Amino acid sequence: MSPELINLIIQATGESLFMVGVAALLGTAFGLPIGVFLATSRKGELFAAPAINGVLGIIVNATRSTPFIILVVAIIPFTRLVAGTSIGSTAAIVPLTIASTPFIARLVEAAIREVDGGLIETTSSFGASPIQIVFKVLIPEALPGLVLALTLAVVSLLGYSAMVGAVGGGGLGDLGIRYGYQRFMPEMMLAVVVVLIALVQLVQSAGDYLARRVNRRLRNR
Amino acid sequence: MRASELLCMKAASMNAHQSLAIGQPVETLEAISPAATDADAMVRFEDISKTYPAYRGKPGVNALQEIDFAIPRGSVTGVIGRSGAGKSSLVRLINGLEKPTTGRVIVDNSDISALAGRELRLAQRSIGMIFQHFNLLSSRTAADNIALPLEIAGWTKADIKARVTELLALVGIADKHDRYPSELSGGQKQRVGIARALATRPSVLLSDEATSALDPQTTRAILDLLANINRELGVTIVLITHEMSVVRQLAKEVVVLDAGHVVESGHVADIFTHPRHPITQSFLAEVIGDSLPVSLASRIVPGPVAGGLAVIRVQVRGAGAGDTLVARLARELGLDVSLLSARIDEIGGQHVGSLTLGIPGREDAVTRVLAWLSQYQFSAERVGYVA
Repeated sequence: MSPELINLIIQATGESLFMVGVAALLGTAFGLPIGVFLATSRKGELFAAPAINGVLGIIVNATRSTPFIILVVAIIPFTRLVAGTSIGSTAAIVPLTIASTPFIARLVEAAIREVDGGLIETTSSFGASPIQIVFKVLIPEALPGLVLALTLAVVSLLGYSAMVGAVGGGGLGDLGIRYGYQRFMPEMMLAVVVVLIALVQLVQSAGDYLARRVNRRLRNR
Repeated sequence: MRASELLCMKAASMNAHQSLAIGQPVETLEAISPAATDADAMVRFEDISKTYPAYRGKPGVNALQEIDFAIPRGSVTGVIGRSGAGKSSLVRLINGLEKPTTGRVIVDNSDISALAGRELRLAQRSIGMIFQHFNLLSSRTAADNIALPLEIAGWTKADIKARVTELLALVGIADKHDRYPSELSGGQKQRVGIARALATRPSVLLSDEATSALDPQTTRAILDLLANINRELGVTIVLITHEMSVVRQLAKEVVVLDAGHVVESGHVADIFTHPRHPITQSFLAEVIGDSLPVSLASRIVPGPVAGGLAVIRVQVRGAGAGDTLVARLARELGLDVSLLSARIDEIGGQHVGSLTLGIPGREDAVTRVLAWLSQYQFSAERVGYVA
């Protein structure tokens, strides 16, 4: 493989990491509070607001059930409004964030629900406010689950980021389609797949390691 | 008001016991049963009922009804009942986690059932609680778990550090400062729980089945610790439990709950020397046993046996009761009384139990023994005969 092609792969990897990184950060910034709210707003819970919980649940489900490639195309006007353009890696961050937010929210909800309800009641009985319970109990106790949830989200985002190549989003997916498929360079396709596999492995291993580090429940020193 | 009603109720119950009292004048019993007045009640339930409404096809539940009693300041009060008796509902009313359907709950002279939001949270800081399953945060060390209520109350870092060190020493686990709950034994976890509950210097400590998940030795150690805390810090302790042994070892006052009602309440010694309600009797039986040893019971026949013994069961209730019973009986009636089985325990300083005696000779000997026992106000019954 020529140095030019290798440069292309490096550049595309950089674009993919940029898109996934920023989208994961933004998706967490929006998804974490939504997830915490979903997990704590049913009837009788900490921030009980069953009506809002129901509506939010429907929105989250609707977004999650829209195929990603359709979402990308459907929100092009919105993408243009936010990013100034609908083409390139920066623009691709908009649909990636919108797709990952409800996904992360559901994963966060599941992780928060795993926290023993007794701890919430215990902390309430000390006179803790709901906000104190979120920051001192729910998030720290759910941390191992949250780390694994984010790992899963990043892995999914890597897959999604390959799809935005189809609409000029740049990155590894774009490279694979334009060079590997359209110009019929199977070695390029192979290289893209190998890099993606390596990235997923790396992210998953790092996530697993981190989740173990923050898990005090199974500690064996 | 309520307290005086309580006093009346208690006096009435004492009269009912009079016939059973064992060589103990009624005046003494009344003298040791001061009902809590308004000022010295730490927790007061005023005409409480608690109903959980029907929800998602499940019928509504009347968890508590006509609850009206006081927990004296500085006491160790046991609330004992079978599961489903309403113990948990009762404890959740004290710390304001739930509101009564009717009535008021007064804790340390403030009506906790009327508070909400910030005011409730402030009041909750003067009520500590420990739990059956400890409820420690797995993500925090022992020290940081104890610090949690202090952080919530807005203490400074330096104050928290000093207080946590003090508390770890108080509960005897100063060396476990940096350990996570997963590295601690059940007893150590409960010590952390106790330290955490005491952190904000509460005036009441609620214990919700706090020893039910612990082995007997650890239970004893934890109960001793609670007794020390009550004695040295003057904290009122409310023990919610289904275990008679917990009440017996630690409590001075007891409230017996059954099906959402208080069926008996008063001094542990009074209640368990003269249990009236079947539930109370069944709790007592857990400690002293209510049946004869199997080997003896299997030999008992209904009619007299030539050369055999008449079997008489004598209830022993009261301080020092029964100590010299067998010796006096033998001496005064000139009979070779044999002791077939005996089980006597001490509850609240009072002896509670029963003796099973074998009386030799003819029927008139048995009649004389029963008359002698009733003369000294021992309750006794003829169980049968053995060869």
